[in-house]
Amino acid sequence: MPLVKDGKLAEDGWQKVDPEATSMPSGDRLLVTLDQWTEHKVELCKRGGAFGVRLSPDHGPEEIADDLVHFDLVALEFPAFTDGRAYSHARLLRERYGFEGEIRAVGDVALEQLLFMHRSGFDAFEIASDSAVEDWETAFADIDVFYQPTADGRETALQARRRS
Amino acid sequence: MPQVIIANRLTDGRVVFLADGDAWASSVNDARVEEPGAGADELLSIAQRLEAQQQVVGAELIDVSVDGGEILPTKPREAIRATGPTNRPDLGKQAGNE
Amino acid sequence: MYRYDEFDRKLVTERAEQFGRQVEHRLSGKLSEEQFRPLRLMNGLYLQLHAYMLRINVPYGVLSSTQMRKLADIGRKYDKGYGHLTTRQNMQFNWIKLEETPDLLRELASVEMHGIQSSGNCIRNTTADEHAGVAADEVEDPRVYCEIIRQWSTLHPEFSFLPRKFKIAVTGSPHDRAAVKVHDIGLILDRDSSGHPIFEVIVGGGLGRTPFIGKTIREELPPSELLAYLEAILRVYNRFGRRDNKYKARIKVLVHETGAEEFRRLVDEEYANLKGGSLDVPQDEIDRIDAYFAPPDYAELPDECAALDAKMGENADFAEWVDQNVACHKQPGYAIANISVKMPGHAPGDLSSDQMDALADLADRFSFGEMRVTHRQNIVFTDVRKDELYGLWQDLVKLELAAANLNLIGDVICCPGLDYCALANARSIPVAEDITKRFADLKRQKEIGPLELNMSGCINACGHHHVGNIGILGVDKKGEELYQLTLGGCSHEDASLGVRTGPGFTVDDIGPAIETVLDTYVELREHGEEFIDTYRRVGMDPFKEKLYAAR
Repeated sequence: MPLVKDGKLAEDGWQKVDPEATSMPSGDRLLVTLDQWTEHKVELCKRGGAFGVRLSPDHGPEEIADDLVHFDLVALEFPAFTDGRAYSHARLLRERYGFEGEIRAVGDVALEQLLFMHRSGFDAFEIASDSAVEDWETAFADIDVFYQPTADGRETALQARRRS
Repeated sequence: MPQVIIANRLTDGRVVFLADGDAWASSVNDARVEEPGAGADELLSIAQRLEAQQQVVGAELIDVSVDGGEILPTKPREAIRATGPTNRPDLGKQAGNE
Repeated sequence: MYRYDEFDRKLVTERAEQFGRQVEHRLSGKLSEEQFRPLRLMNGLYLQLHAYMLRINVPYGVLSSTQMRKLADIGRKYDKGYGHLTTRQNMQFNWIKLEETPDLLRELASVEMHGIQSSGNCIRNTTADEHAGVAADEVEDPRVYCEIIRQWSTLHPEFSFLPRKFKIAVTGSPHDRAAVKVHDIGLILDRDSSGHPIFEVIVGGGLGRTPFIGKTIREELPPSELLAYLEAILRVYNRFGRRDNKYKARIKVLVHETGAEEFRRLVDEEYANLKGGSLDVPQDEIDRIDAYFAPPDYAELPDECAALDAKMGENADFAEWVDQNVACHKQPGYAIANISVKMPGHAPGDLSSDQMDALADLADRFSFGEMRVTHRQNIVFTDVRKDELYGLWQDLVKLELAAANLNLIGDVICCPGLDYCALANARSIPVAEDITKRFADLKRQKEIGPLELNMSGCINACGHHHVGNIGILGVDKKGEELYQLTLGGCSHEDASLGVRTGPGFTVDDIGPAIETVLDTYVELREHGEEFIDTYRRVGMDPFKEKLYAAR
């Protein structure tokens, strides 16, 4: 599945561990489920390296807050694009817990939600469809007036008004 | 009960009925009527194919009664869709302008 | 009223272009209906029984004459020459074409209007007291905060895929004209003991399948903290609102199932992290927006108006309209003119394009070029000189907009129902027309006295039947339309939910049933009690007895 990161197609350097797997494969940059992390945490931390964890929207960032230092990647699931819980989870990861690694949107991830996701703290997107990359580039550019402050660094209308 | 296919045309939302061939008619009286079973299944299959071609939205089979040349959906909802708002006889298909 | 600056304008313009692209992609098949549907809903475009329907936002009910003229134009150009005022202070057009909507939205953007988030599982139009800024009983004008909420809630990246829709209403008067207690968030603006504006925050009110009166979770919130607190509530809702069952997904269910105290704790916990941060509303921003709501250039007038009194003495019909429809204004010599869009035998809340144009002209002449849309589907001219009321009324008569039935039985709330709406189970407009024709005689309406009759064509309750003093709910019973009657609802500060009388009535029997209810009330009332007072005193039994005596 194509990955868009920093506005363009990117290589996915992560090894997605089978969610059913009961033992952890060797290698670096493993993306595991929350259950797998809980189960194999000690072993994996001993091993060292970079890890990624995948959260379903039923599990908030509080559940991994203490372990964030071990993660370079948090993948947040959208079981259906209408399930908007991960927007809150991404914002909390960035704004409450100061997570600076990759926050990846996975699941039912469509072009039309890209800007909202990016504003909420996602910086990588696993695309469900096969729409062209240039569509993904324009989707960021559709709207460039923002009323609400998030951690995305975009100037809000209020800030722009004060500046002018 | 005999059945027809009702849908909304994608471009303008107007109510249409599957007629002969792959055509859509504005008037329910021009709809192709089939009995439940193979006939109605064929209607639905055609409608779904045309829906996938962006012609209509929400194609579904509905029950009708047939009385001479008059076809009347049996449910009030569909009867209203076939004619127009009951409080505005000057609007909709019943007024001849849809 | 608020005027867009370059940023506001840019947003609606870009949004119209974005939607144009999305429509193109839908028509070409690049987007499926499943993918497109939420996108069009978030621009206010529904697919209804006969055509697409577009719901256009009228932010907190405030509309300029320029905007009303554009709506008249849109009615002619893109629809069939009429529009419908809704119970959220918006306007709907029923005969829209998808392929024309991008142009329509561009035209709306040119007058600072749009349909953004008037549908979808996101924050909808924030509504307000239709007399905001002018009511004699108002403590604080809520409009500035409504505008602040409007901007904060527009294209909010975190809250665009909520479990379900979200509605906020605001009042600044002790007499609640905005039904705040039956909204997802209701805000009551008041003053604390030192005279500073503060909000009471109510959550979890709502109608529909499971109606609830909202619960207060915060008694005094300073305006600077308003957005941080709202964000906390929305975040708790977004995270924990039910997503397994569409009918249990509103915040009212979350508050009910969690318990108000625990819900308050969850909100406060989140709010503690947001308070004092980037969502703080600085006083200079409040002041900047508030400047848009400065009072118009009122003339210095005495409050006594001999000319008005004289005209009322000369013309009984005019006097009746003043008595019933004209309300007290803060400013001496001025009045609030409530314009009833309820003509017997007409669909409640429908305005023709011609009427819209005429209202725009009248607003320019009589009310500083502005008007309000009310959640009872009427129009208000908020700033009319008392000595000009007669001139206004004469013109309203010519437009069939002079019904002196405000807050009387003729002033029904009625949803579009099965004549238009894909969600409906029964028709509502013909029932409303029948009832208003039965009670067309103004003398009889006044004898009955203040009465809010609200009708919905399905359980979604867009007609607010739960909070009607008399409520009518249309249902489908085995393919036949049936009408359930409820009594004792109220949408004001003493909010209550109506109680069902019993078995429903056919479309032929519902009118006579209303007559029976009202005859019973008139018989039982004491000391000039209004209907709701008598009901609250005597209860359901006397009404039930009379309604079902024959059965």
